[in-house]
Amino acid sequence: MTDTAWIDLALVSARPQAVGALLRYFRNLDTAEEAFQEACIRALKTWPKSGPPRDPAAWLIFVGRNSGIDKVRRQSRETALPPEEMLSDLEDQESNLADRLDGSQYRDDILRLLFVCSNPALPATQQIALALRIVSGLSVKQIARAFLVSEAAMEQRITRAKSRVAAAGLAFETPDVADRADRLAAVATMIYLVFNEGYSAMNGPESVSADLCEEAIRLGRLLLELFPAEPEIMGLTALMTIQHSRARARFDADGAVILLEDQDRGLWNRPLIDEALALIDRAMRHRQPGAYQIQAAIAALHARAERPEDTDWAQIDLLYQALERLQPSPVITLNRAVAVSKRDGPEAALAMIEPLAGKLSGYFYFHGLSGHLLKQLGKVREARVAFDHAIALATNAAECAYIRMQLDKLDEEPGVEDAVVKKR
Amino acid sequence: MLYAVFCYNNENVTSEWSKEQDDKVMRDLAAVQSKYAEAGKLGPVARLMPTTTATTLRHTHSETIVTDGPFAETKEQLLGFYVVDCASMDEALEFARDLSSANPAAGSYEIRPLAIYKPSELAS
Repeated sequence: MTDTAWIDLALVSARPQAVGALLRYFRNLDTAEEAFQEACIRALKTWPKSGPPRDPAAWLIFVGRNSGIDKVRRQSRETALPPEEMLSDLEDQESNLADRLDGSQYRDDILRLLFVCSNPALPATQQIALALRIVSGLSVKQIARAFLVSEAAMEQRITRAKSRVAAAGLAFETPDVADRADRLAAVATMIYLVFNEGYSAMNGPESVSADLCEEAIRLGRLLLELFPAEPEIMGLTALMTIQHSRARARFDADGAVILLEDQDRGLWNRPLIDEALALIDRAMRHRQPGAYQIQAAIAALHARAERPEDTDWAQIDLLYQALERLQPSPVITLNRAVAVSKRDGPEAALAMIEPLAGKLSGYFYFHGLSGHLLKQLGKVREARVAFDHAIALATNAAECAYIRMQLDKLDEEPGVEDAVVKKR
Repeated sequence: MLYAVFCYNNENVTSEWSKEQDDKVMRDLAAVQSKYAEAGKLGPVARLMPTTTATTLRHTHSETIVTDGPFAETKEQLLGFYVVDCASMDEALEFARDLSSANPAAGSYEIRPLAIYKPSELAS
């Protein structure tokens, strides 16, 4: 590690706590962010000489708060506070502050900061952009690259999100139990949005979108540290961790998607999987099933199977049934159909998804799965129609490439119908 | 004399390491370990999973309470540790419960899955 790399790491890991506390002091996102920036600049000057402070977050909050107040005073032409060299050397003041900010206050600060970004009034894309900018501290340029939009467009998106948040008003009172649960649920949704944005845009393990997945996992772990007894947060973190453990196996050299059953399981990240399995094990002890826990349990069954044929499809079917009961959705039924096709064959699965055609006619995966099942049944022409629908609905290059590969395979192997036609 | 060496660090910082950084640290540490292992001086080596995977069993004189998360009190001191092979956290908690009921003193047991375990290389 270079000399200043440890400072960068310390600043990154202290950021949510520090910005969250500064937001509480200043009650304004921009002021809180500027105060944190100022504190970081001072840290970069001071820490190489003085070494890391005992509690970097407390140091940044203390210095950031003073610089913010300092600025407000300068603007109103009042006397400035003493220079920060005096303040930052006062170990006592720093530790007093750390003592005053007990665990629960830190916890609500961070939750508030995350909650500000999860405001349901914001469209998903704005929630994600705001969280990456404010909580994770990614630059506008980095976020723009991850979203494949111009920097100016992203700047505008974030500004718009901020003014919406300001207009909605920030909640600064300490949340009660019910409020806290609501905030937690909204934040969990936002974190999973961040993850999915990265996951679906990825076209290789090194792509910029992978950073979004890693950020989301980091936020999940942060939430878990703050709320260690929430089984759904364990489930969410486990789910993202298992999905991300396959990053190296999900794509071929051209960036085309490799399906779960065709992946080289040796490329899965075992330490990540083990950590997720430990989390699921802990979550199950609470006996409060939830959507994230069930999805994590399904992902875990895949992760536990050494070979695709070892997968416990019957158990996966049961888990999807539980998920359907919890949040009925044709997409979940579609996913269950995959498990059913493995256990009972393509015919049974096709019968299950046919009634979904109306609701899912605009959904890429519906046509992809239909094509796949039809192909297995030897109905080549119908499969081709389904894959043609799918390719028209693909939202990224990896999806397109995958369907094109399926179409190429259809060309190679004439199915039952074509064979019959040829005979005549 | 056998000595136990406990490693403390800021988890929020070490979890920020990239896979490459983490791999390098593990390689460098393994080099130190093998020097002592070859001399028959090294006992078991373990790396714990993050504290987010921890569960704590607290035993008072009247009851036993299980809570999620790591052991957080500062008024008690670390007195010993076990490595035990269990099918689940429940089984590991059962082991801790057995220990606590055999021990007349009140105390806590933090249970954390291991990420890495290397058996003892101690000369017998």
